[in-house]
Amino acid sequence: MKHNRSLIRNSGFQTFATSILCIILGLIVGYLALLIIHAEGAGEAIGDVMKNFFTRPDSASRMKYFGSTLAKTAPLIFCSLSVLFAYKVGLFNIGAAGQYCLGMGVALRLALESAINPEVKISWVVCLLCGVLAGGISGAICGLLKAFCNVNVVISGIMLNWISLYGTNMLLKPVMNPTGKDTFRLVSKAKQALLPTLGMDKLFNNQYVTIAIPCAVLVAVVIWILLEKTKLGYELKATGNNPNAAKYCGMKENRNIILTMVIAGGLAAMGGAMYYLSDFEQWNVNSSSVPAMGFNGIAAAFLGGLNPIGSIFSSYFITHITMGGGNVNLSHYCPQIADLISAVIIYLCGFVLFFKTMVNNSLRKSDERRIMRQRAAEEAANQEGGNS
Amino acid sequence: MLLLIQYTLIFASVLLLVALGGCVSEHSGVINLGLEGIMVMGALGGALVMKFLPYTDGSGNNLGMFLAVLGASILLGVFYSSLLAVACVNLKADQTIVGTALNMLGTALATVVVKSMNTAMDPNNHSSEIFYGKAKESFITNIGKFELNWFMLVAVILLVLVYILLYKTKFGLRLRACGEHPQAAASVGISVFKMRWAGVLLSGMLGGVGGITYITAGVSTWKFENGVAGFGFLALAVMIFGAWHPFKILGAALIFGLFRALGNTYNAFDFLKSLNIPTGVYNMLPYIVSLIVLAFTSKNSAAPKAEGIPYDKGMR
Repeated sequence: MKHNRSLIRNSGFQTFATSILCIILGLIVGYLALLIIHAEGAGEAIGDVMKNFFTRPDSASRMKYFGSTLAKTAPLIFCSLSVLFAYKVGLFNIGAAGQYCLGMGVALRLALESAINPEVKISWVVCLLCGVLAGGISGAICGLLKAFCNVNVVISGIMLNWISLYGTNMLLKPVMNPTGKDTFRLVSKAKQALLPTLGMDKLFNNQYVTIAIPCAVLVAVVIWILLEKTKLGYELKATGNNPNAAKYCGMKENRNIILTMVIAGGLAAMGGAMYYLSDFEQWNVNSSSVPAMGFNGIAAAFLGGLNPIGSIFSSYFITHITMGGGNVNLSHYCPQIADLISAVIIYLCGFVLFFKTMVNNSLRKSDERRIMRQRAAEEAANQEGGNS
Repeated sequence: MLLLIQYTLIFASVLLLVALGGCVSEHSGVINLGLEGIMVMGALGGALVMKFLPYTDGSGNNLGMFLAVLGASILLGVFYSSLLAVACVNLKADQTIVGTALNMLGTALATVVVKSMNTAMDPNNHSSEIFYGKAKESFITNIGKFELNWFMLVAVILLVLVYILLYKTKFGLRLRACGEHPQAAASVGISVFKMRWAGVLLSGMLGGVGGITYITAGVSTWKFENGVAGFGFLALAVMIFGAWHPFKILGAALIFGLFRALGNTYNAFDFLKSLNIPTGVYNMLPYIVSLIVLAFTSKNSAAPKAEGIPYDKGMR
């Protein structure tokens, strides 16, 4: 009984429970939407969404699609880390999408230089680092504008998203494959820039499974250590909780804001660079919308309870259902049903604080009632003792 | 040149409408980051009406059609914004998260609705497009060579109405009080919850009209997967640049509309064409300009003081 009580009171458990609740409610809404679209087969469709690669017939292809899901999870982990890191400092990094895009653009441009000048071969390390740097600079612009000009980070982030998108399109136009609208494949034009796979490609029978996946997990752990176990992390969180108090204690608010945005930008950019350096997808140089990865990162960050380790699992879950969305029977449904589910989940995540307060309030009330009852009982006992 | 003016005016109308929506909502104390999603829903409502309402080629019926389209987008915009109101006013949710969620939900929902509708009508059609070419043309009156889009008039009328509502009525004063100091407003008997609901729903209405104006601006078919290309956020920048005041917002909207229109029409100018600047730069221009403008105007912000903070009766 006592153990049970303390579990409910544990803030981490509460976050976990509300996340699960959000997921369940989101899936119910998705199921209802499927029912409205076409009642027969709705159950099967929601099953397809949730099963993802388990719907494949044999274990080899299941492993392959599991590998693809993991390969798509890695960039999402980076984006969600970017969002949650900034959020801990009180900044809402909606610019993750643009930083992701820019990091990808710079890395891919450098990698594909060999498609134009065959003698120039730039290794993946350089491409990755330059991509991360570009994202960091983009983040720094956001941070500088916030620190010195008081520009709302959300607005400047959105503006930078569009600037990055069109910039990336311009940057990658020279390395476009003339037979289509996409950039060249790294496999055919720039093998040296492919991320190493460390043999994982054989294990999963999927050449896109690269070091990006272990890197993402590693970075998540590093971010957790940075936030929870270092002085810098403490300062950053203090600035987020109460900028005035932090300033009073001698913490440099402006420096912290800029530093946070640089790190957040670098994280998102690393996701973009790693994903495209694994050659899973090619960039369409006529893209007219910012990649959804950054926005999904927001979903993953909040679903993961703003915890770096939690975001690993939430990122996997979101990728899992998004990939699963591709399995639905296209003669009645559309894959975007998965986007709908994740959007509903984030909407519900907005209430996490409300849920928690409600639970804690009712816990406190029941505590108070118990104490009052105890006191009343004691008093009654005392009075009886006095009478006799 | 005429084309540039025309595009400028139509983009400015969109930005004006949506920015006014943001303005009303923020004056009541709720930051409406979900304008982008609201625009998509408004656009969806209007587009559905244009697709399904029988179109008659004769004269006279256009006004009815126009009002139906307007009504549908307002209805859907208001309905959708109530999701924001429930979350942010009653349940005290984080306004940034909910707004972002609504943007994602708007595009996803509209895509699902349109796609499943298209697929239901033709099993091989998996696109998210709605075609409404003919109906849209009936909303344009030609004055000489200039095509006057009726939505421009709507924007001007709503601008005046919003100004009167915010600054010349009791309701407006109360609404603004809730955005500046809700506890003070509550102490004189104003229901902060009701006022904030009103602010958000009004912004839903304006955002919805802005959405339908946006998709009928130039094209005759709309792909809902694309959403509204960041116009909702651009409108928020316009609102900040316009210092939360309707007429200043009009000025800001015209400037931003001009830069946006340049991207569509620069080919018509020999001078600009000879500069040989890639299209991408013109596409970036409105966003770059807004960043620069914001950098200079945000320092002394005229924002309502209590915006973004959920109303808590216990706080004084």
